[in-house]
Parts: sequence; C-alpha cells; structure tokens
Amino acid sequence: MIDDWRPTCAIDILRLRAQVFNGIRCFFLAKDVLEVETPLLGHACGTDPQLDFFTTDYIAHSQRDTLFLQTSPEFAMKRLLAAGSGSIYQICKAFRNGESGRFHNPEFTMLEWYRVGFTLTELMDEISELIETLSLGYLSLNATQRFTYQDVFQRTTGLNSLTFSYVDYSAFALANGQPEALAICGYEHALWLDFIFSHYIQPHLGENAVCMVYGYPACQSSLARINPLNPLITDRIEVFINGIELGNGYYELTDAQEQNKRFDEEIAVRLQNNRPVTVKDKQLIAAMEQGLPECSGMAIGLDRLIMALTGNLSINDVLSFPVHRA
Amino acid sequence: MAIYSTNEFKAGLKVMLDNDPCAIIENEFVKPGKGQAFNRVKIRNLKTGRVIERTFKSGESLDGADVVDVGMQYLYSDGEFRHFMVPDTFEQYQCDEKLVGDASKWLKDQDNCTVTLWNDAPLSVTPINFVELAIVETDPGVRGDTSGGGGKPAKLETGAVVRVPLFVQQGEVIKVDTRTGEYISRVKD
Repeated sequence: MIDDWRPTCAIDILRLRAQVFNGIRCFFLAKDVLEVETPLLGHACGTDPQLDFFTTDYIAHSQRDTLFLQTSPEFAMKRLLAAGSGSIYQICKAFRNGESGRFHNPEFTMLEWYRVGFTLTELMDEISELIETLSLGYLSLNATQRFTYQDVFQRTTGLNSLTFSYVDYSAFALANGQPEALAICGYEHALWLDFIFSHYIQPHLGENAVCMVYGYPACQSSLARINPLNPLITDRIEVFINGIELGNGYYELTDAQEQNKRFDEEIAVRLQNNRPVTVKDKQLIAAMEQGLPECSGMAIGLDRLIMALTGNLSINDVLSFPVHRA
Repeated sequence: MAIYSTNEFKAGLKVMLDNDPCAIIENEFVKPGKGQAFNRVKIRNLKTGRVIERTFKSGESLDGADVVDVGMQYLYSDGEFRHFMVPDTFEQYQCDEKLVGDASKWLKDQDNCTVTLWNDAPLSVTPINFVELAIVETDPGVRGDTSGGGGKPAKLETGAVVRVPLFVQQGEVIKVDTRTGEYISRVKD
C-alpha cells in the first residue's frame, strides 16, 4: 500500500510510449493526414449496446447539464470530415465504464484515423504499414496475415459463422466442455459469435504477426457498411497481434437514414437490457445528412499496442497510473 | 449470505457453484471491443479439490459460500474420524478420514493445522507449511557423504515417506515442507 503513489509501469515504458506517439505523428505527417483534437466531454454518446459510459454534471449559469465522457472520438471526427477536413487522425483518451482487467482500463489511449477515399483494402495496407513502422526495433514481425471472419471461424471451429445453427454451435460448446455457453448465448447469433470467437479463435490470432480479420457477419456490423456484394457480411476489420485485439475499423457508413435507424435499434436494445440511457448524437446525423465523404476509419488501442511491442502481459505494465492508482 | 457479481470475483473469494462451495483462483475479463463481455474464471471445488474453468456473462452473480479457515489443534484419530480443537474456545470438530485425505500423513498429535469449515462443518484440513517429524525407518547412511545428492527414502512417524540426504539417520527429527513433501533440514535438539 505504501508504494501506491508509484507508477505501475517501468520508466523505460514511458520513453517507449513517447517514441510510439512520435512515430505515429511522423507517419501521418508524411502522408499529409491532419492531426486534430475533439472534445472528451460531449452532450451525446455512442449507443453501442455493449458499452457503458461515464457521465458528469456540468453546471453553468445555475443550469445543470449531463455530459458524457466519450467512449471514442468517432462522432466528433466524422463531423469534421463532413465539414471538409480531409483525412484526419487523433491520439486521445477514451472512457468505458466497468471495463477493467488484464487488457482493460476504464480510461485508455486511442489512436483513431479516417482516410477520405480509402477502401477497406487500402486501409488494411496502411494499418499494416503503420504497425510495422512502429514495431521496428521492438518486435520482428512475420508477414501480415489477412483472413475473412468466415474463413478463420470455419478453419478453427468447423462452424459456419454467417448462418446461425443452434444445434451446431451448442454441439461445439458441449464438445469443448463449456455447457454454460448454451445458457449464456441462448438463440442470439451475435452472442454465440462473441463467445466462440473470444474463447477459441482470438487467442491464436497473429502469432508474432499483425493479423487482420475482415468481413464480419452482418449482425456484428456496428457502424460499418454492409458489403454491397454480400449482404451477410459487413466491411469491418479487426486487428490482432499475439491474440491481443488492437483495434477495429470500418468502411464507414455514410447513409444518414441508415445511421439513424441503427442508433434507434441500439437504443431499443439498451432499453431492453436495462442499460443506462444514452443520448443519440443528432449532430452526427445532421452532419451525415450534409454529407460524409466516402472514407475508411480505424481505431487502435495504443496501450495494447505497447503491450504487444514489449511483450507485457498486463495493461498495468504499460500505464503510468491505472484506475486503482489514479 | 452475500451475493457477488463477476466484477467482485477475486482470488480467494468463496462462492457457491453447482451447489458446491468453491474458491475463485483467477478471473479474467474478456471483452471484444464491439461485443459481449465475459469473465473466464478458474475455480477450485473445495469439496473435490478439482479445478475447473467456467465462463460467465459479465454482470452475472453467484452466492457467497460460508467458508472459513480456522486454526485448530489436531487431537487424535479414532480410526473413523480425526478430532480437532479450536485452542481458544476448546470447541471440538470431528472430520471424516476421507476428507482429511493427504493431509493425514503430516498430522501429529497436538500439532497445529488449518481446518476449512463450510457451514460450520469440516470441509478439508491443511497442515502447517513446515512440520517437524521423527524418522522411524530409513537405510543406514553412507559414511562421508554430506552432499545430500541422490538421497534415500525415509518413513516418518506419521507414515509419510520423504526423500532425505544419505547422512540423515533413523531416529533423527527433520523439517519437511508439507506443500511439496520435500525435506528441508535436520532439526537439532
């Protein structure tokens, strides 16, 4: 207890973090991507049914207002894109309530960037290039891997990820000694995918390599666009190194109506699951009605990237002061 | 009894799972960035000693188990039960030989140990980490050997058999680590 004032990471990690930040800034400067800042506190918040947020009271002119700490800078950055910023990036804090563990701290550092005119494939090329650049001198990475979600799912489990089969999925869980999966997941396709992917697939992804999984099933689309050629999949990608999930990207949805519909659907799910009530970002919808340029965007958890670069097994090993010492 | 949610699962917490008292060993929070959060928990069943892995949806909860560790003195065995006493209160507990299990080979009359009680009934017995026991049977040592390399089996007064260095003789008292069953040193009077 007496040493609680000390950082949980080594001083060397502070230096490495500074180098990673510098590396990112050089990388995007050379590509003419603009660094921006957006507010951490906002009047609206993401509607993601799986995320919990922090709120705080804003008191001004004897009026009390509730503000949210952002779970990601996505909405504000999209408003900048709609206003004509061109390609942008940001290194900032994001906050997710209740998330704490070996890979989670409720306050964490995120790199988020948007590339105007980029397809998902071009974005994947850039992710690979960025991580390879940043890992120089720390990690010698094998060649980047790219798999579709369906392929990696099928190969590891023998299951079809795109068509839900309660019989097949539960037989797999029982054969692997996890009968509790049946009670947890019930008849929800998305829950089953989360369960199986995080227990049986993710831990083996990207052995000393950047591993990108793309073409997520449509039920896990979040803010990505549905693939125009195959409505069962969505243009979403996730990046892993040594089983650690580093980040998530999309070929961004630009349709304001579709966005509004997804917000309403997610808000309904939150209500059903008794999650704290969120406020829909009407400013984002307005910006998208004005016109979000065709773009791809990516978010990477920098604390986890530093874990991957240094081989540290706990996020506490790369943070100065994790929440219990903050 | 208290109810514990997955975010309160910490190593050592005693909970009820499938009607058995269990101890949490490890709790890992697993959450895909855009997906459902789970807790992968390693749990020891305190009745069987078996360790299992179980996944919970984050936010699920389990009932606490009324399990306490009590320091007691081992009194005697009547063949069927072992008898223990809490030194402060003189309260006595009897414990089935089967529950005592492996611990029995380290238990000497009057020695201290830890008895784990579930709803005030003995669940298991843990000997203290280091016991001092006399050797009742071992081969004669080899002259001049002081290194201890190799070693030989020695039977102790409680029935346990441990490997000891060749120079250790029958009748001597030795110190043993009960967690590993390894010889530590001779005990000089």
